[in-house]
Amino acid sequence: MERLFRIYRFDPAKDSAPRYQEYRVEAAPTDRILDCLNRIRWEQDPSLSYRMSCAHGVCGSDGMRIDGVCALACQRLVRDYGKDPIVVEPLPNFRVVKDLVVDLDPFFEKYRSVKPYLLPAGREPELERLQTPQERAVFDEAIRCILCACCTAACPITSQNGAFVGPAALLRAFRYLFDSRDSAPQERMAFLDSPDGAGGCKSHGKCTEVCPKEIDVRKAIGRTKKRIFDAKRSGT
Amino acid sequence: MELRHDAVIVGAGLAGLRAAVELTGKADIAVVSKVFPTRSHSGAAQGGIGASLGNEGEDRWEWHMFDTVKGSDFLGDQDAIEIMVRDAPRAIIELEHMGVPFSRNEAGKIAQRAFGGHTRDFGKAPVKRACYASDRTGRVILDTLYEQCLKAGVRFYSECILVDFLVDSGRVAGLVLLDLATGALHTISCKALMLATGGFGKLYKTTSNCFSNTGDALSLALGKGLPLQDMEFVQFHPTGIVGLGILISEAARGEGGILRNRTGERFMERYAPVIKDLAPRDIVSRSILREVLEGRGIDGKDYVHLDLTHLGEKAITEKLWEIASFARIYAGVDPVGEPIPVQPTCHYMMGGIPTDADGRVLRDAGGAQVPGLFAGGAQVPGLFAAGECACVSVHGANRLGCNSLLDLVVFGRRAGKAMAAWLEAEGKEWPGPAKGDDEAKENIRQLLAADGPERVPRIRSEMQDVMMQHASVFREEKGLRLVLSALKDLEERYRRIGLSVRDRRFNSELIEAIECGHMLRLARAIAESALFRRESRGAHYREDFPKRDDENFLAHTLAFLEGNGSFRLEKKPVRITRFQPVERKY
Repeated sequence: MERLFRIYRFDPAKDSAPRYQEYRVEAAPTDRILDCLNRIRWEQDPSLSYRMSCAHGVCGSDGMRIDGVCALACQRLVRDYGKDPIVVEPLPNFRVVKDLVVDLDPFFEKYRSVKPYLLPAGREPELERLQTPQERAVFDEAIRCILCACCTAACPITSQNGAFVGPAALLRAFRYLFDSRDSAPQERMAFLDSPDGAGGCKSHGKCTEVCPKEIDVRKAIGRTKKRIFDAKRSGT
Repeated sequence: MELRHDAVIVGAGLAGLRAAVELTGKADIAVVSKVFPTRSHSGAAQGGIGASLGNEGEDRWEWHMFDTVKGSDFLGDQDAIEIMVRDAPRAIIELEHMGVPFSRNEAGKIAQRAFGGHTRDFGKAPVKRACYASDRTGRVILDTLYEQCLKAGVRFYSECILVDFLVDSGRVAGLVLLDLATGALHTISCKALMLATGGFGKLYKTTSNCFSNTGDALSLALGKGLPLQDMEFVQFHPTGIVGLGILISEAARGEGGILRNRTGERFMERYAPVIKDLAPRDIVSRSILREVLEGRGIDGKDYVHLDLTHLGEKAITEKLWEIASFARIYAGVDPVGEPIPVQPTCHYMMGGIPTDADGRVLRDAGGAQVPGLFAGGAQVPGLFAAGECACVSVHGANRLGCNSLLDLVVFGRRAGKAMAAWLEAEGKEWPGPAKGDDEAKENIRQLLAADGPERVPRIRSEMQDVMMQHASVFREEKGLRLVLSALKDLEERYRRIGLSVRDRRFNSELIEAIECGHMLRLARAIAESALFRRESRGAHYREDFPKRDDENFLAHTLAFLEGNGSFRLEKKPVRITRFQPVERKY
């Protein structure tokens, strides 16, 4: 059946303001929103810009705001949207580069700032470091993160405070802070303990609501905050 | 401004990143990627990475080697396979030390599970050899290697397309990039160049591959007179979600999943009585399509069922979370209670740019000189390749599950080491800025101005259809000739394309036009190689030659693109060390 899409268009180099353009697309209920965007671009308007790659919710390229909610265009189907038009906009909280493409450099900058790599102590053992299934289970959900930026785009704190490190970076910090193989928790907690770090989170939970990988981001940040609180109280 | 790096790696999947980690601190390097590095398609690998760690019962590298050789239908080079399987346990431990969050067994060691074609004692029974992190193994290794690169301060050129690589006096001199965001063309001079650009499943209509997997680098290599090896061997993974081709990992069967036809029969018992659903992918894909052809597809249609309902919700949630989510979203079924509709999907290219076991690109079958840009010797000085775009060959005619990620980290590292040694031998001297980028730049200018009547999306989809129809799981001469004549027509039409977007910034129309040209050329390489091989071996099944023919075809295929646009096919000897070819039964 035919569906109506209302798509955000903006080229900062040419346009004085964003505008919305409407397209009619023949779409089956099980088609992905990404399929519809491709159809628009291939059959009607090759000038439309957006990112995509794996098309099944693994690479994290096609985060955008669909009917007001941050999501992956390849993970949402036409049948998920009952009413026309289906409104497609770029992820909020980021500068628009062109149409649905946003500048993610600040996002990755913040991700880098949390030292997203294992900081082990001592010499490496000959074989693997041991870790019980229970120890690993603590961060099993967190390693589903694909850095699509939907959480950070949906975060109300990020929209108020540009310096806030944001939920995606905090989730990655949690993943290493709670990895039993990591031995730099003090160092990690030191930079997380600030209004721009974990302390800035007010548990709105928008991150958890929108996460395409169903990660409870809010809970992970909450556990990080509690760990910092406990460490301070015990004076370690 | 002149851009210059000692070494440039094109591709930020596992092979490229592993090489980058190896080179950090040893040379000034840069990594070029079509997408942001963590978007690379290595991240879509689900099931595991193979190594005879023996964490779940006895395993030996000799068994892993035997399985790989047999899986390859005896076309893999056994010296290279031995290098890979012997290095596998070290490679896994190294990944763990870097921080890869492998799933664990009760002893706290890296957990291992069963996978297709993995056996103990030279084929006697299934063995647990696949190391995994739930069903997102590729993704977490990709993240970890990227994070190691961040830690080391590796320079990335993200969202840049390789437009050409440059050769001066037979040696690598640099490359030309198109920056997607600005549309600007950049020439980078380098002494060593590594191609690690992955696969090109987008040649086919139904594929598990991402949009970026278009094989640009391989087509460029062909254009420079370099051969591509074993291009006829295209792996169709048995279990793609019907219609979309989205991968449902072999781990689903490794954990006990069963394939069933319309009568509910576990049909793999008939095709592979010993290891059944855990037979290698070429065999399972053919078996599924046989069931379909004989009318036993579900509702008489072109798919079968993958049944996980007996595994229980806990196992599915803990070990197969991603694929359960794919099934719910894309097939509308919850695998806890219902079977998943599946059909074969184009997944992996066994063929590619021929290299030695240290990633050095080889320009001929060994011995004879061939005309072309590169003079002297069988190697191309300064040019390296690893991963799916390369052909070592460890996968031969059919890759075993879990050997891809292993190939990437083992040979990515070895290529990195070889590049470091090459740079060391080259010394500090620079020959001056790379020349020869005019042609590539002119090609882009012409494409941007193209105003013909033909449209790229149309040409591409016709190519994907014809490849799917006649150059996929079952092939025969008539169909392959049809493919070649269709491709000739499509290449003709491609010369008359028109583009409507003239602005260079984020111009996807331009990028897809570049990619389409490359794919048409690679499609022809596949069809020509498939026509040349008048036998059936591994993933290459000829209905008109249904038997393996070791007398005439126990050899690799090399496809060269000649100056007049036609292909020349040659054979290259297979290196056999430990296991002599025997009939392949499971």
